Amino acid sequence: MKASPLAYWVVLPLLVVFWWLMAWQLDTSLLPSPLAVLHTLQHEAASGELQRHLAITLQRVAISFTLAMALGALVGIAMGRLPLVNALLDPLLVLLLNLPALVLIILLYVWFGLVEAAAILAVVINKIPNVAVTLREGARSLDPRLEQMARVYAFSPGQRLLHVWVPQLFPYLMAATRGGLALIWKIVLVVELLGRSDGVGFQLHLAFQVFDVAGLLAYSLAFIAIVQLIELVILQPLERRASRWRRSGAQHA
Amino acid sequence: MLDFATPPDHPVLSPMTLCIRHGDRICLLGPSGTGKTTLLNRLAGLETGQPRPALRIGYLFQEHRLLPWRTLHDNLRLVGVRSDQVSSLLAQVGLDGYGEHFPDQLSLGMARRAALARCLAVRPELLLLDEPFASLDPHRAAELQALIRELLDRTPRMAMICVTHEVRDAAALANRVWYLTGRPARLEHDEAVDDHPDAVAGLARRLEALGRGAAADAALAGGAPV
Repeated sequence: MKASPLAYWVVLPLLVVFWWLMAWQLDTSLLPSPLAVLHTLQHEAASGELQRHLAITLQRVAISFTLAMALGALVGIAMGRLPLVNALLDPLLVLLLNLPALVLIILLYVWFGLVEAAAILAVVINKIPNVAVTLREGARSLDPRLEQMARVYAFSPGQRLLHVWVPQLFPYLMAATRGGLALIWKIVLVVELLGRSDGVGFQLHLAFQVFDVAGLLAYSLAFIAIVQLIELVILQPLERRASRWRRSGAQHA
Repeated sequence: MLDFATPPDHPVLSPMTLCIRHGDRICLLGPSGTGKTTLLNRLAGLETGQPRPALRIGYLFQEHRLLPWRTLHDNLRLVGVRSDQVSSLLAQVGLDGYGEHFPDQLSLGMARRAALARCLAVRPELLLLDEPFASLDPHRAAELQALIRELLDRTPRMAMICVTHEVRDAAALANRVWYLTGRPARLEHDEAVDDHPDAVAGLARRLEALGRGAAADAALAGGAPV
């Protein structure tokens, strides 16, 4: 069940107050006050650095998310529908699911050098197994009665995909999207920290080297805000629209 | 019109050859679990490994099997109904003005009629009805039966096969009766039915005899009694 929005308005301000009290008590640059973080944020935004690095990181998130979703969904659906594909790919899936993201990132950087393609590939390969597992579950739950219906009424492959499969897979696609965004942007930061010279991850790296906690928090908060914005502006309206038929209820029953 | 044979090694149906002619109105009766729906699916080419049937088929499944996430209008558009013909098709089944409703907003009887509209949309040569009157109250069942009779009268060349439990439905809709019984299921035939009460009683007696005969045969052959 979704938590009430009221909780956010109580818990989050409390957290800020607690943070502020701690900062005030400790009085150290290792825990700057919320105001100091806001000031850093303002400064970074004024210089244009914040926007530049956010944009680069967002671009990496978008590219790797799109690739991981497309490939993962393809693999997952194939595994859910075709026992042979499932038998062949399942061991690989288990391997990748258990491989630490960090190992994959380091390997790809070692093999291909600190290049953009290696960074994106590392994120994509990290995410594909999660998407595939979710969509495999979805593909297995496709209603065989609607498959029969689609066969009797000679639906084209495109119609079957768009009108029979996608609506049934939609909750699984949304779950993969949510989990995907959360996971991908974290991995993107690690990838940037280890081998890129721009992006939020790189800025965090710089902040870490000079123990600039204010900068660290400023960049993190800015990015969390953006991910939440994506949820509010894109994902939730999409979900509302797609579940219109569900909420309409039985009027004549 | 359609010569149809079940394969020799079918798990549910014993080998049988059926001949369906244009304008046949067949009711398929028999105890539950004998494979009546299996036979319909076989006729519709839905079993694994079956090729697409050569003739146009409309299939009214037990559940409506409309796409719940599409409106009635969109459900009908998906089987090839032109946008400007949707409302007249819905009117034919008494659902005038319901085009923008989602299937789950309708009652059971209405959803079944919407599904019937989809059957008609493909101009079927063979109409398959799987227990169309199940779970409807007697009034709604009678209404739907009248609607189906009217549709049959309008399309004299269309063949129909209707699975039902009620001898009365068979009498009202059919001119041939198939009786499916035994395990694997065998098919017994009966011809010429009409709606007169004496005829219905006669048909019921003959079907009962068919059922007994088949059960006795099964017992003789060492199969489980039905």
